[in-house]
Amino acid sequence: MSVAAVEPATAAGETLLKVENVSLSFGGVRAIRDVSFDIRRGEIRAIIGPNGAGKTSMLNVINGFYHPQAGRITYKGATRRRMRPHQAAAQGVARTFQNVALFKGMTTLDNILTGRTLRMHKSFFWQLWRYGPALNEEIEHRKYCEEIIDFLEIERIRKEPVGRLPYGLQKRVELGRALAMQPDLLLLDEPMAGMNLEEKEDMSRFILDVNAEFGTTIALIEHDIGVVMDLSDRIVVLDYGNKIADGKPDEVRSDQKVIDAYLGVVH
Amino acid sequence: MFYREAGQYKTTYQADMSVFPILQDRIGLALIIVAALVLPLVAGEFMIASVMVPFLILALAAIGLNILTGYTGLVSLGTGAFMGVGAYACYKLSTTFPAINILVWIVASGFVSCAVGVLFGLPSLRIKGFYLAVATLAAQFFLQWCFVRVPWLYNYNPSGAIEVPSRTLFGIHVTGASATPTTRYYVALAIVIAVTWIVSNLVHGRVGRSFMAVRDMDIAAQLIGIRLLRTKLLAFAVSSFITGVAGAMMVFLWLGAAEPDAFNINQSFILLFMVIIGGLGSLIGSFFGAALIYVLPIIVRATPETFGLTIGAATVEHLTYLITGALIIFFLIVEPLGLARLWQIGKQKLRVWPFPY
Repeated sequence: MSVAAVEPATAAGETLLKVENVSLSFGGVRAIRDVSFDIRRGEIRAIIGPNGAGKTSMLNVINGFYHPQAGRITYKGATRRRMRPHQAAAQGVARTFQNVALFKGMTTLDNILTGRTLRMHKSFFWQLWRYGPALNEEIEHRKYCEEIIDFLEIERIRKEPVGRLPYGLQKRVELGRALAMQPDLLLLDEPMAGMNLEEKEDMSRFILDVNAEFGTTIALIEHDIGVVMDLSDRIVVLDYGNKIADGKPDEVRSDQKVIDAYLGVVH
Repeated sequence: MFYREAGQYKTTYQADMSVFPILQDRIGLALIIVAALVLPLVAGEFMIASVMVPFLILALAAIGLNILTGYTGLVSLGTGAFMGVGAYACYKLSTTFPAINILVWIVASGFVSCAVGVLFGLPSLRIKGFYLAVATLAAQFFLQWCFVRVPWLYNYNPSGAIEVPSRTLFGIHVTGASATPTTRYYVALAIVIAVTWIVSNLVHGRVGRSFMAVRDMDIAAQLIGIRLLRTKLLAFAVSSFITGVAGAMMVFLWLGAAEPDAFNINQSFILLFMVIIGGLGSLIGSFFGAALIYVLPIIVRATPETFGLTIGAATVEHLTYLITGALIIFFLIVEPLGLARLWQIGKQKLRVWPFPY
């Protein structure tokens, strides 16, 4: 199984995911209010906004972890009231988390292999014997995981339990685990939070490479505005659950509402 | 000095992904199995019947609990009762259909215990941690109540106990009063090796990874596409299958007869301690745990006699509790993650010796 030659990033245009009039509330707290936007195939789409704006809630709605009270989600042409986690995963939505959500007791390699769970089909009974079909399948997927490990330059920590790794590497392993799913849509929740400059540069490069080489569509939440403006094709800005702007980085940067709510002005 | 992996190059993923990638480990394992096979030739009857057979059976039950608690992170206090289900199922099946091979019934009783385990595992989707432990406690009390109150389970035996009938395997008595300890030991050893091998296959593959994923971060596991309920129930199924088999073996190969009290909450706690002290999420840890909690007191008890000291029986008993308890605390302070972790650290130290790292 080689890295699939997916259509190049230039194919951007066709809508992959469309969120329409989604509202989500927890009791009296209205986390998302009537937000609509779309993500096109092959683009890097950023979601920005101040803390508590509903960015992470939006990602949770997209991969079915939260169920919105109103609105529709159209993914790959199918319109739904809400997604379900398993359904989202099976249809190629992968996710990394703001606070690293790795399987701490497992090695880097096992974490990445776990990302391929849905693509492994040998039944429980073959797993009992291991030698034979189950091991062959395992080896086939190991090859794919090794390509990801090469790609992310984490060969040295392959057999290391991830709990012992430094934070920057953990984030990278988490990206690897998401990539192992061969996603069509990759949701990155603050992939650069808490990183130093060098780590941020590395991570930015990986995100661009993933987008270019694998043709993966990326939706990204990030607070480092410089990075966001450089990386993304289009940006959605949320504030208190409302969408206040949507467009290309330059348009968003000069939008008065965005400056008031989030970017601020240099005094 | 002899424990080095230098020079052992892996040229295929298959070699790299084997369960024991280091040659010395494989040799060690082979030596242990050979030692276990020749043990009856050198050891006395007490050693075989009262130390090794129970040790193997308890280790197997600990492996069963480890699948649930160590690998999947679901705390269970119903292990004793699930062993009881296996024991009673095996007794009923074997007395109803005496002609069929006892090994078949031991495996079949595992499946009965498996079904009961899945049933009591259903709440695990909604509740976790201590609360799940309480839910499994309900299983413990309910099942133990059944063992007492449903006379059909013990064939209306006036004593309320189950007594193992004599059964043969290839013409040799393996259960009942006429079976020799050596025969029972070999049967137990064969089952334990087979089950351990299968469990080791399971936890090193996709299923084991999904168990650990649920344990370590259930949200992330869900978003990868692992279905929580299905995975947790599978863990309950595998775990109670193994504990059921261990329970059947406990009565048929070790005790010979059992009252409902043999499967009480104490048994559940002892197995949980074995798993915690041995090492959560480690197969070898289950053996270490069983050795520490079951075999160590026997050794402590036998020590004064070996050195020709005459101490009163009661004093020996008290001392045994004291020393075993102290040792358990000592090991937990030295390595809270269990003996398996200690073993791993030791191996790592050996590998790089004489350098510190």
